Amino acid sequence: MSEGTKPIVEVVELRKEYPGHTAVNGVSFTIPRGGIVGLLGPNGAGKSTILKILSCYMPATSGSVRVGGFDVFREAHQVRKRIGYMPETNPLHLDMRVRDYLKFRARLKGLDSARARDRIATVMDGCGLIDVSRRIIGQLSKGYRQRVGLADAIVCEPDLIILDEPTVGLDPNQIRSVRELILSLAGNHTVLLSTHILSEVELVCGHIIILHEGKVLAADTKDNLLASAASDPRVCAEIQARPDALHDCWTEMDSIDDFDLSPIDNGFVRCTLAPSSGADLRPLVFETARGKGWPVRELTRSRNTLEEVFIQMIRKDLGGQP
Amino acid sequence: MRAYFTLVARELSAYFASMTGYLVISMVLFLLGLSFSEILHKLNVEPTDAPITEQFFVTVYFWLILVLTTPVMTMRSFAFEKSSGTYESLMTAPVKDWQVVMAKFTGSQILYLIAWVPFAGYLAVVGQYSNDMTILTWRTMATTFLGLSLIGSLFISIGCFASSLARSPMVAAIVSYGLVMGLLLLSLRSLGETPSKGWTARVLQYFSMTEHMEDFARGIVDTRYLVLYSSLTVFFLFLTTKIVEIRRWR
Repeated sequence: MSEGTKPIVEVVELRKEYPGHTAVNGVSFTIPRGGIVGLLGPNGAGKSTILKILSCYMPATSGSVRVGGFDVFREAHQVRKRIGYMPETNPLHLDMRVRDYLKFRARLKGLDSARARDRIATVMDGCGLIDVSRRIIGQLSKGYRQRVGLADAIVCEPDLIILDEPTVGLDPNQIRSVRELILSLAGNHTVLLSTHILSEVELVCGHIIILHEGKVLAADTKDNLLASAASDPRVCAEIQARPDALHDCWTEMDSIDDFDLSPIDNGFVRCTLAPSSGADLRPLVFETARGKGWPVRELTRSRNTLEEVFIQMIRKDLGGQP
Repeated sequence: MRAYFTLVARELSAYFASMTGYLVISMVLFLLGLSFSEILHKLNVEPTDAPITEQFFVTVYFWLILVLTTPVMTMRSFAFEKSSGTYESLMTAPVKDWQVVMAKFTGSQILYLIAWVPFAGYLAVVGQYSNDMTILTWRTMATTFLGLSLIGSLFISIGCFASSLARSPMVAAIVSYGLVMGLLLLSLRSLGETPSKGWTARVLQYFSMTEHMEDFARGIVDTRYLVLYSSLTVFFLFLTTKIVEIRRWR
């Protein structure tokens, strides 16, 4: 296989045991080159542990992990040359100035001084750090510190960028700007990020690995995951009518399999309707209401969200029942 | 090697960006000043033909400086990185374990030598105002600095070792105080023994740092001392590297 088509990360039967509990229990997945991959899971699912093993900070108990074709245990130095890792706590030398810190990190990663100067200018521009380049890191806000961490991760142009919960603890504006920064990286690098925030994965990642209690529940592209979640799209309508009239009306219809009525304010009733086939019920509901002269103020069809997929999978894993 | 030099520069800048560097230098200056005034006082009272360096190293100040400052210099080296989390970003950068250990050691060693520079000034002042030329020669000055850098390296390597074991700088400092004081007590005890009395006394004499330092201050360079201090330093640096490596295995 040529360099371009080989997966950047290959994890086979990875296990990690801490005294007393198993954090990662036989995980296997591969990550293709390019794009943004999300490692998604509730707290304690083993996300950080996997990222620490990938970045050669910690050895695995068993299993093999290869990054860019190199084994993380036997060829750790080669792997570390090719990754940029931002740990969960985003540790920085708080006594250093932003530019000095990035220079220190770039030189540590083996860049010569001309190249380091070049790259630092590029990443500071890309991460919006130009204005704070002379500031001491300890005096920066959390959002800026996160950007410094990101700038550090990308300064040596690694093949793989590993970000452990890059937006944790940020306010919504900061989250948006960090997210945009990550999206801008996707063109030239492979980004692997972990998070437990579903909306983040949905917005940013093209490929998703769902973890739960140290196991992989699903690993696929976002579109495939959403499509695979088997649940009929329900229609939700708010109609002003008497509940018993609505009850009779929906019971008569063959195309409605199941329904649920809950009265809300001003005589409106919220009807949640499940179709018997996969059909879209909205035209039917609208026509019925218009025919009977019932005012309608909302008519929506629920989309499968990643959240549903995620919750379904975790329920399945916990109870064996959907 | 680039990573090594980068790390050494970082170590030194960390000393002077935090209080540690200034604290160490002012501690050394204070104790040196005390010993200087004491020596001047002694010289005024009675004449002596021993080299001025030797007179300094028989006072308690030299050992106080060594024991008080080296643990302070080395306590941060690994323990602070671990407690602040920067250890993770350091150890996931493409650097070798021995490079990290050597850089931490070199950084502390440079600070230690910088702190001793004023001592040369004191010696120069005494040399300027004394009529006797044997009291201070280039030879004794050179061997004195050799001696104090050798013993200093050993103490610094012990400090690095203690810091690599601990997760907090305070614990690292306490562990290295313990080890360094133990070594020093060993040599103080041997002062009270007659050398010919049994093998324990002889072994203790081999480890008597006070005697070794007196020889260095007289201008004597004994290869046994060179071997002892350099091998012990290498041994503790080796242990430190192993402690750092262990993390990769568990």
